[in-house]
Amino acid sequence: MKYVDEFRDPQLIANVSREIARLAGAGRHYRIMEVCGGHTHAIYRHGLKNLLPPNVELIHGPGCPVCVLPMGRVDDGLSIAQQRDVIMTAFGDMMRVPGTRGTPLEHKARGVDIRMVYSPLDALRIAQSTPEKHVVFFAIGFETTAPSTALTLARARALGIKNFSVFCNHVTIVPAIRAILDSPDMRLDAFVGPGHVSTVTGCRPYEFIARDYGKPVVISGFEPLDILESILMILRQLRSGEARVENQYRRIVPWEGNLPALQAIGEAFELRPYFEWRGLGFISQSALKVSSAFAAWDAEVQFEVPGIRVTDPKAAQCGEVLKGVLKPPQCKLFGKECNPEHPVGALMVSSEGACAAYYRYVHLSESVPA
Amino acid sequence: METVERDVPRVRFNDAQIEMAHGAGGKASRRLVEGLFVPLLANPILATLSDSALSDFKGSKLATTADGYVVKPLRFPGGSIGELAVNGTVNDLAVAGAVRPLGLMASFILEAGLPGEALRAEVEAMADAAARAGVSIVGGDTKVVEHGFADGMYIATFGFGEVDARANLGPKRIREGDRVLLSGPIGDHGITILLARGELDLEADLASDTRSVAPFVEALLDAIAEDLHWMRDPTRGGVATALNELVAATELGITLFEEAIPLRDEVRGACEILGLDPLHIANEGQILAVVSADSVDGALGAMRSVAGGEHAVCIGEVRAKPARAVLAVTAYGGSRLIDMLVGDPLPRIC
Repeated sequence: MKYVDEFRDPQLIANVSREIARLAGAGRHYRIMEVCGGHTHAIYRHGLKNLLPPNVELIHGPGCPVCVLPMGRVDDGLSIAQQRDVIMTAFGDMMRVPGTRGTPLEHKARGVDIRMVYSPLDALRIAQSTPEKHVVFFAIGFETTAPSTALTLARARALGIKNFSVFCNHVTIVPAIRAILDSPDMRLDAFVGPGHVSTVTGCRPYEFIARDYGKPVVISGFEPLDILESILMILRQLRSGEARVENQYRRIVPWEGNLPALQAIGEAFELRPYFEWRGLGFISQSALKVSSAFAAWDAEVQFEVPGIRVTDPKAAQCGEVLKGVLKPPQCKLFGKECNPEHPVGALMVSSEGACAAYYRYVHLSESVPA
Repeated sequence: METVERDVPRVRFNDAQIEMAHGAGGKASRRLVEGLFVPLLANPILATLSDSALSDFKGSKLATTADGYVVKPLRFPGGSIGELAVNGTVNDLAVAGAVRPLGLMASFILEAGLPGEALRAEVEAMADAAARAGVSIVGGDTKVVEHGFADGMYIATFGFGEVDARANLGPKRIREGDRVLLSGPIGDHGITILLARGELDLEADLASDTRSVAPFVEALLDAIAEDLHWMRDPTRGGVATALNELVAATELGITLFEEAIPLRDEVRGACEILGLDPLHIANEGQILAVVSADSVDGALGAMRSVAGGEHAVCIGEVRAKPARAVLAVTAYGGSRLIDMLVGDPLPRIC
């Protein structure tokens, strides 16, 4: 398959792994955070950990939108879904995320009209075909998915579709990275930057990481060779004492980002003063709300939203795992009370969550030679 | 029949309500079967949890199986609900060693308002599939429910057949060093159905692989009967779930060679886009077989001689470690644990 197979070439992968091992040498430990959940997933799926020397440690960051969504927001969304004549629509990623009284899938089984869609435009189509109902799109995601929600809002307005609104939970990645960098227990050496988010934002928003915190950032693709090459580029910077933003994913990510997509986001959304992130707490200016110009399509304006706040179960140590202080199996609940079928902490919910990925792909195989 | 004392089940079913996941063939389905049905209906035949129930009958072994079909849409590229109902039932019997079924029965649950022509088309599809499989549909039942209570039609089937005397199959027969064989590319059925629902703006030149797998089984029995240790058609839950169920019944593990697993580009592409693991996607015309190491060539030769089995391959090996787990190794030396399906396969979009 073009654009896939050439990045899974065993010979090239072996060469890069060897070069990583040579460059990493011994005596120093490297802690590299992959910010993006897609990278976490790819790292496990391709067993990349086995291809790295033990002193190059990958730490899974906050880049899974499902994982960082606080439980109270899920409850808020489900409370809208339970109102009369409402059809709630959501991505597959959302369907297994637990609120305090169950997941969207469990609510659906009880008769609440919740439908999985593949794009916000599908939700808008449902609104067009069922004018007697109000269709709400439960929007989640970073800058990767925000443009499609923004364009859907623009289309709803242009077509004058009144029975459609967005429950906006879009978040932005840069404030989360800054929160991690400012955390007192921060001990990372570098970042594998998010690939999909950067197709929209470009590379510039990460420059402060190199400039102000002295940490290298390499924007990476999602194939095994992409990720390994990015780690190699990071090691080269660290070895030479440099800290720059580099773009390994040049075939997709423009340095300046995608201007029309950024413009669409700018028109449809405005920054919230603060937003709660599961595991990381409140982070200022880290999330988007539907802008006042689109208030008629903002579910938070159209519906009474209880604004439920739910503290995470005390024993779940999602925050420490997100910041790289703990590895998933070091959490007290990992694999016991908290497992992919019955997630307690957010990181166990999505297959991109560090704990779910760890549980699924590693917890047994890690100790077994291939 | 000997009865078994009801004892504390290994798996408990405490789920508050039934969800779609309980029918998806993964962990929740297993919890339902092992935590509710098996302990409450306790008997030694049920306890084996095979695709077919095996009972001794006048000196031979009788295989019986029941299945229900609730697919949407009713017709899809490569097949339809009627064809699936016959093939699926024939296949459950075949992988138990009953390659020439004695008969099938079909129970139809029809929704008021279903066009007569749609029902005729499905009965015709069943007749054709039965003729191809060399089996008669000898009885059945019809019920009609009010409009809105079924997706057009559901079909429940029952099948029975005599197990070939040469077949000696079961998890207890697998040994360290045995090989895992697969009859052809995986995921065609599940991805075809996903695309046929029309919810995705994706198109692929893909058809369901629904067919009888009895010819594979017969060819294997002819070639290597004594060395054929276990078989399964990996339907809901896919290859991952079928192999996890196998190792759960043993003290052994399975290591898969990921690059050896055949996969059409269309299936791979759809899985890449949707974030699905092809090992979890349903198949309707493939079999997994575990055979002794020295009979691999004979077994592959036999499978490849059957139409549709040209791409049969060895995809893995039974190993002592990791016990009770399925591991996949990549072409470049990485490894990952292959779990059973959790819930329904949900596309990752974010």
